[in-house]
Amino acid sequence: MSPVLAGLLQLLALIAALALAHLPLGNHLARVYSSGTHRRVERWIYRGVGVDPDAEMRWPAYLRGVLVFSVAGVLFLYLLQRLQGVLPGSLGFASIDPDQAFNTAVSFVTNTNWQSYYGEQAMGHVVQTAGLAVQNFVSAAVGMAVAAALVRGFARSRTGELGNFWADLVRGVVRVLVPLAAVAAVVLVAGGVIQNFSGIHEVGQFVHGHGTGGSQEWNGGAVASQEAVKMLGTNGGGYFNANSAHPFENPTPFTNLFELFLMLLIPFSLPRAFGLMVGSVRQGYAILATMATIWAGFVALMMWTEFTHRGPALEIAGGAMEGKEVRFGIGGSSIFAVSTTLTSTGAVDSFHSSFTGLGGGITMLGMMLGEIAPGGVGSGLYGMLIMAVVAVFIAGLMVGRTPEYLGKKIGGREIKFAACSILITPALVLVLTAAAMALPTPGHSMTNSGAHGFSEVLYAYTSAANNNGSAFAGLDADTQWFNTTLGLAMLLGRFLPMVFVLALAGSLARQIPVPATAGTLRTEKPLFTGLLAGAVLIIAGLTYFPALALGPLAEGLAS
Amino acid sequence: MTTDTQNHEDPMSTAAPHRTPHSDGPAGPASSGSAPAVSATGDRVGAGLFDPRQLVRSLPDAFRKLDPRLMVKSPVMFVVLIGSVLTTVFSFLDPGDWFGWTISAWLWLTVLFANLAEAVAEGRGKAQADTLRRATTDTVARRLAGGREEPVPGTALRIGDLVVCEAGDIVPGDGDVVEGVASVDESAITGESAPVIRESGGDRSAVTGGTTVLSDRIVVRITTKPGETFIDRMIGLVEGAARQKTPNEIALNILLASLTLVFLLACATLPPLADHAGAHLTTVVLVALLVCLIPTTIGALLSAIGIAGMDRLVQRNVLALSGRAVEAAGDVSTLLLDKTGTITLGNRQAAEFVPVRGATEAELADAAQLSSLADETPEGRSVVVLAKERYGLRERRQGELAGAAWVPFTARTRLSGVDVDGRKVRKGAAGSVVAWVGARGGTVAEDAEATADRIAEAGGTPLLVAVEDDRGARVLGVVHLKDVVKEGMRERFEALRRMGIRTVMITGDNPLTARAIADEAGVDDFLAEATPEDKMALIEREQDGGKLVAMTGDGTNDAPALARADVGVAMNTGTSAAKEAGNMVDLDSDPTKLIEIVEIGKQLLITRGALTTFSLANDVAKYFAIIPALFAAVHPGLDRLNIMGLSSPDSAILSAVIFNALIIVVLVPLALRGVRYRPVSADRLLRRNLAVYGLGGLIAPFIGIKIIDLIVSLIPGIG
Repeated sequence: MSPVLAGLLQLLALIAALALAHLPLGNHLARVYSSGTHRRVERWIYRGVGVDPDAEMRWPAYLRGVLVFSVAGVLFLYLLQRLQGVLPGSLGFASIDPDQAFNTAVSFVTNTNWQSYYGEQAMGHVVQTAGLAVQNFVSAAVGMAVAAALVRGFARSRTGELGNFWADLVRGVVRVLVPLAAVAAVVLVAGGVIQNFSGIHEVGQFVHGHGTGGSQEWNGGAVASQEAVKMLGTNGGGYFNANSAHPFENPTPFTNLFELFLMLLIPFSLPRAFGLMVGSVRQGYAILATMATIWAGFVALMMWTEFTHRGPALEIAGGAMEGKEVRFGIGGSSIFAVSTTLTSTGAVDSFHSSFTGLGGGITMLGMMLGEIAPGGVGSGLYGMLIMAVVAVFIAGLMVGRTPEYLGKKIGGREIKFAACSILITPALVLVLTAAAMALPTPGHSMTNSGAHGFSEVLYAYTSAANNNGSAFAGLDADTQWFNTTLGLAMLLGRFLPMVFVLALAGSLARQIPVPATAGTLRTEKPLFTGLLAGAVLIIAGLTYFPALALGPLAEGLAS
Repeated sequence: MTTDTQNHEDPMSTAAPHRTPHSDGPAGPASSGSAPAVSATGDRVGAGLFDPRQLVRSLPDAFRKLDPRLMVKSPVMFVVLIGSVLTTVFSFLDPGDWFGWTISAWLWLTVLFANLAEAVAEGRGKAQADTLRRATTDTVARRLAGGREEPVPGTALRIGDLVVCEAGDIVPGDGDVVEGVASVDESAITGESAPVIRESGGDRSAVTGGTTVLSDRIVVRITTKPGETFIDRMIGLVEGAARQKTPNEIALNILLASLTLVFLLACATLPPLADHAGAHLTTVVLVALLVCLIPTTIGALLSAIGIAGMDRLVQRNVLALSGRAVEAAGDVSTLLLDKTGTITLGNRQAAEFVPVRGATEAELADAAQLSSLADETPEGRSVVVLAKERYGLRERRQGELAGAAWVPFTARTRLSGVDVDGRKVRKGAAGSVVAWVGARGGTVAEDAEATADRIAEAGGTPLLVAVEDDRGARVLGVVHLKDVVKEGMRERFEALRRMGIRTVMITGDNPLTARAIADEAGVDDFLAEATPEDKMALIEREQDGGKLVAMTGDGTNDAPALARADVGVAMNTGTSAAKEAGNMVDLDSDPTKLIEIVEIGKQLLITRGALTTFSLANDVAKYFAIIPALFAAVHPGLDRLNIMGLSSPDSAILSAVIFNALIIVVLVPLALRGVRYRPVSADRLLRRNLAVYGLGGLIAPFIGIKIIDLIVSLIPGIG
């Protein structure tokens, strides 16, 4: 089978699986976030934490919940790493340095999972399972909770109440992520992913060249269970540094496809849940179609640039295979690279730095869109809905009415919140990248010179501010400068938009819905889907064009 | 985008204000509310012609508007102003740099063009304001104090003062007539020279300062303070002095400011990245890039669009007392229209002659015509017209019939007729005619009463025609008077429905009659036997459902509903209470104008949206011009992005900046005239506007910049 055909077949299988799975999961998600009952285990948690899960919250209270919970998470994770040296079950690893501990704590709480450490050489069982794995669940659930709050803002009227953060958080974990992750972990184990608590093994002599080799150390761990939620929660933080390229995390083309399925599953199911919750499934599918169109377009572009890569490498290797695993090939790697950067996952099964210049640019542009096609769990949906608000504003004017989306008017207040939420990540990416390039020392972290070296820095800040977590490779990010600035980018890039998203939700929930008439912009039609996709691409494209031109475009067009 | 389109785009284009005859002529209540027929086809929303000479005339104003305190109100153009100052300063530091000077010059032009657009828009109102101002200066009021008159300047009047106005006097301020009746020339504000009657009490008591009393004597109680009168507000409005940003304009400004911020970031962070690549960017180039990217097109034209929108209303003799109301008009989803004068012609008209058994239709028609010649009411005239049209009966003049004794119609007798050649013919209200026949010992045929009842049940008004001749007094038949729906209304309501607007007819008729007319006119709903309370309740019900409601009204009892409605258009002939309550005043007192107001509101929003889309779409081409120009030297691969094949980096940047400036001037006519609007569904509107302004905005600058580059590259030293 030709590699192109293999890639296309994988793509088709993936799309078919998602098309099937999003139906029941979308229905389930809508039920979960509209439910009025509590399960026994949930009641225990509420009682243990001491919160009332039935108290309706206005947006400031909801935001307070998000922030209190997340700050507590950062502190806990920070302390856990700082104390690793004295904790049992740490495989003898030392405590983590303050700047790296801060960076890692922020990274996992913000659903970024940027890793400036080597998992297998720094984090013991306790930090991995009690710290990082827990955040893999709850940080994803926080994203879904905020999305649920925004959806309620559209669905409700004449109230400022957006639901209860604690109930949304707990339900997201108990009713969605844990059951799905459990099933997924079993499938992954069956597919060959390891799941144990064994220690470090020294593995034989590796011989290369003329008999002088070194030994390798491999450690085991609860990899499959972490892998499942790493993908499901669009976290992306690998147990091993090589992430999903590591054979213990992702051994076969099947597990590769399954991991792809897992990371796209919830983001592609949420629009249906959104449609159900606002009372029009078609509105949900318009959003889904926008996400799917952009995703499919990016996959097609990536496959095109990787498969047609011209130059000596193609002739010798039969393809742009540098940095890609032979078992996944160009097709599997391209789909993975696009999907991981268009969601906020950041897991990698190949090295984006080694993609063609344009291919690397596609991964960056994917993140620069704001990771909304389909985006991270929850964050993708609310990000896309914010873009929809902006698109509706401009398009709505063109039909001669005060713009409205789902019956809610988009006035000065709403556009202010939407614009602020969209402004934050570009500001973080551009300002921090420029600062890193302007200051004398950060530049030393670049492995390459010229456009590629610049791409490493641009990629790092793009990844951090958008809470992706993947790295371009090549950049030595474990410096005080990068640990600190990337940590700030992750923190602000996650929570500042949430402030505005929740404020917008509050403002929308208070409105009286305007009934739809023939004069209303039809946001469930393909025309609007096209318009929204265009707006997403143009706004991100215009913002980042100069930066992209100096990095991946300069590199990609040179060949 | 070209200026020539304005000539054929809009058949209703009016260089001079669009005037319609006054509805409340001296004929009195019987003829009130006859409004001009409406055209149901073509573009109805248009604006005045755009005269290029206006650009030149407005130049001094454009320079005056360079004041930073004024510029800061438009964040986009303020950034351009700062950029122009910066590049100029840098050009002074390096006076030999012709490129810096050229860019600076074009940046200043960009700012100037933006101010020019606003100045031109404002200039159109200024002339009208001057005319109005002439009406208010130097009025001397004859104030009544203790039963004696004393002359005081009009500006010294206070609320509650009583003033006397006699023939030839200018009414010194807004007020209500408390004594007397007079004919008043209101042409100073309405442009209509036919005098109108103003009398104490009732719905016709309001007089406006600045109008002239033509006959008789009235005493007016002043109801507004000097400086706040209707004419003062009108001056403020047409001059744009009272202009405040509307909610949607504010929202759009926020979006534009955010976009400006994004591009500011993109440009400000560029130098370190460029340095890394080995390209050194000068301030001039960075500012040029920034100005090209920020949405200057819409930023420059935004306030002109708003002023022009108000101006379009003024040209239709509608005064919007707040810009908010104009915008709300575009959002209206329910229109409340009064039946009489809006949907139907003001008066009932004869529609058929129904003879009783034993009489012929021709006989009835002849008698009806004869008896109506002395009836000057519109109903009476319509009988004559029907007889002529249906039965070919030539209208006879009263003088033609020798020895005829005419019995004119009076409200007391409710009869009219003639005694001629020993024959007495009468026509009138059923009761009066029955009594007349009875008094002459005649009989009323049974089927006459049955027919009359049938007509009344169907919503019509029956008039009986009787005759007394040698065969005795008897009823000949019945004239069926009915409401006549104005021509073209059905199509208009259809168009409104396509726009997503529901029309509700308000009438005092019984539900049966109301339904018949509603069906005939094609309105969506009706409110029969409507009281002011019912009207109010309907508005509140609609608003609770999230709908915006527009209505017209003129009476004092309409005032609460006018105030409650999102768009309340008061008729200028109405009471001061109604004018005070509404947020628009129609000087022509034409209730159908509500439909045009809605269209103008929509057109205003569409124009903003279209130019915003155009402005944003333009950026793509500008990037393709400037980015290769900046970086192709260090990254040769980027030269592939120079798809326009621009001749040199300098020429590319200059061409983009020139295009950016010129497009403002090119679009001024569009901003003033408004984007073409047709009452079609939102889907079709969006598809069309996206194609024209989205796709057009994407492609146009590629062509424009290339053409400018071809010209610029001819200059020695650039190409």
